Amino acid sequence: MEMLNIKINGMPFSVEKNTTILEACHQFGIKIPTLCYLKDINEIGACRMCLCEVKGARSLVAACVYPIDREGTEIFTNTPQIQKYRKTTLELILSNHDKKCLSCPRSNNCELQALCKEYGVDETKFEGEETKYDIDATTLHLVRNNNKCILCRRCSAACKNQYVGVIGANNRGFDTEIGCAFNQTLDAVSCVACGQCTAVCPTGALIERDDTAEVFAAIADETKTVIVHTAPSIRATLGECFDMPIGTNVTGKMVAALRRLGFDKVFDTNFAADLTIMEEGTEFLDRVKNGGTLPMITSCSPGWIKFCEHYYPELIPNLSTCKSPQQMQGAMIKSYYAEKMGIDPKDMVVVAVMPCVAKKFEIKRDDQGHDGIADNDYVISTRELAKMIKTAGIQFTELADEDFDPIMGIGTGAGTIFGTTGGVMEAALRTVADILTGEDLESIDYTEVRGMEDIKEATYNVAGMEVKVAVTSGLSNAAKLLDKVKSGEADYHFIEVMCCPGGCINGGGQPIVDGHTRNFVDVKGLRAAALYDDDKNLPYRKSHKNPEITAIYADYLKEPGSHKAHELLHTSYVKREKY
Amino acid sequence: MQKKISSIPFAGTPEQEAELKAVIAKHIDDPGAVMPVLQEAQEIYGYLPIEVQTMVAEGLNVPLEEVYGVSTFYSQFALSPKGKYNISVCMGTACYVKGSGEVLDKLSECLGIEAEECTLDGKFSLTACRCIGACGLAPVITINDDVYGRLTADMIPEILEKYKD
Repeated sequence: MEMLNIKINGMPFSVEKNTTILEACHQFGIKIPTLCYLKDINEIGACRMCLCEVKGARSLVAACVYPIDREGTEIFTNTPQIQKYRKTTLELILSNHDKKCLSCPRSNNCELQALCKEYGVDETKFEGEETKYDIDATTLHLVRNNNKCILCRRCSAACKNQYVGVIGANNRGFDTEIGCAFNQTLDAVSCVACGQCTAVCPTGALIERDDTAEVFAAIADETKTVIVHTAPSIRATLGECFDMPIGTNVTGKMVAALRRLGFDKVFDTNFAADLTIMEEGTEFLDRVKNGGTLPMITSCSPGWIKFCEHYYPELIPNLSTCKSPQQMQGAMIKSYYAEKMGIDPKDMVVVAVMPCVAKKFEIKRDDQGHDGIADNDYVISTRELAKMIKTAGIQFTELADEDFDPIMGIGTGAGTIFGTTGGVMEAALRTVADILTGEDLESIDYTEVRGMEDIKEATYNVAGMEVKVAVTSGLSNAAKLLDKVKSGEADYHFIEVMCCPGGCINGGGQPIVDGHTRNFVDVKGLRAAALYDDDKNLPYRKSHKNPEITAIYADYLKEPGSHKAHELLHTSYVKREKY
Repeated sequence: MQKKISSIPFAGTPEQEAELKAVIAKHIDDPGAVMPVLQEAQEIYGYLPIEVQTMVAEGLNVPLEEVYGVSTFYSQFALSPKGKYNISVCMGTACYVKGSGEVLDKLSECLGIEAEECTLDGKFSLTACRCIGACGLAPVITINDDVYGRLTADMIPEILEKYKD
């Protein structure tokens, strides 16, 4: 490793050769402003916010893509000239930007707004023609408002990084706009609804469809029993919206806040994660014993399912027929719970809090629900829940911990780790191993499938049976793995695929992390660690040991894979066109 | 200027498709293959409708949106076909100051299409082109190989009459 002696703002510093100025300054303790830069996926030097001066260079350079390759390089990051250039860049961006910040969903959480504040920008410096775009609200999951777009291309980079690439820059010069091929609307192209574009957009150009007004209205309707359930990963991320450190587990405060919002019952989707393991584990063993289609691939992630239907329809028979935990939870609330409580399911409104925007699409899929009753009525993202809590004036950080409501309020550690890549596989292995050995195994940490590597593989010998598994997240990685399955190069028995890189902890509906934090903090790792900690500390860590799960099978479903279970908890998939 | 997308039904032949597939096969391993393939595709089909761009995207395994982005960035690529008679209106400096703008507007009005579009019957296409070097005749239009100079807008209907069939 060759080190170079350089100077940053006149102070000596030493960096590895070919480190970018941006990275070197970060190490030195200086944050260079960026709008377009996203480490590894969007390194294009387009926005010109990161301009710095290199002594002797012909012009200012883009710090994000400028490698330091000379001994003695002298860098200036904050001269009056640089400040002036950055300010002008912001003023030019604002000259064609819908500046209605007060009504913007990203106000106070907008990277453009934050930089304008830092640089004291005059928002009316360059007045002139502004492009007016129609808002694309054709999908169930997100809204594209190009009037707020600054053409940083982070969204198209994130979309392409998901092996989807349905949005990108079209036309040229002042006419440049982010859109779909041949000006199609988002509902007409093979968008998988992952929402990664909304998670990387620095402004309000890409946001999830806001369903909070409908949820508030349902809560206010006294004729309705309104039940909420929260996905495993929400507890590890919601705190960020209230300035708590990344990776803070806020389960108890979240439950307390949901009660204060007025929900009649607060359930834990971890319960349905456990239910999924019962059904999916049984389905897997059945496929192995009876020559079913292998490898079996998990079906929890609706973005992954839609991707498979558009891009790999030949692998649909490999998908587990299990509904996702969200849908299972809703189905059980509107059948078992409704019957037990004597409530007509038509008088119930079930709201799911999800790290995901594809879940908004999932609740409207065919072959979900039963007897014309939807499993879930609304899905709100982590961000929307935070917004509701703030609107209601609930002092989130001050709340004392409360517990979920019984009957569907207990989740195991196996359920909780569903929220991160590898979690579903590990949870399934914990149960499958116990079933096959007939024992209550003590060694239940399957660390080989944990972590943020692109593709994780492991082979386990369970009661004399060899089980080859693979785990992946992010659709580019999934595509690599699926190509190996298609070509016959891989002979796995069981595969876990999560749509978003890192799994649900990095879902498209999770709290927005600004570019700088995303580039320099291990956000996924911190959030995942919170879930593994939760798992370690929970009284039950295997799905089949969840007392509420054993009760529901004894009372109602009889056994995993039963006729009743199939009616309520399993589904089917359809081939979708790619173009 | 935004590219005009043609609504004229695609009429590609199996021969053209085979030719395009050969082009794709030739370039499949080249980095940055989208642009050369689009250039040759335009030579084969005359323009780049969604059907052709989809074949390019599939063949090169790149997103259709990326192909479309390239096709709308470069002015050389056309998303509308050329008609049986392609009318080019010179927008060079001399023609422009002599009123080629009004000539173009009149053509638009008579044909019911804008520049870079083609009539639904495939008969006329309209192009606003750069200087064709006939400045002495300004303002000038060409209809295929025929040149018409020293024009005024009111002469347009009579000229179009000649191309009725």
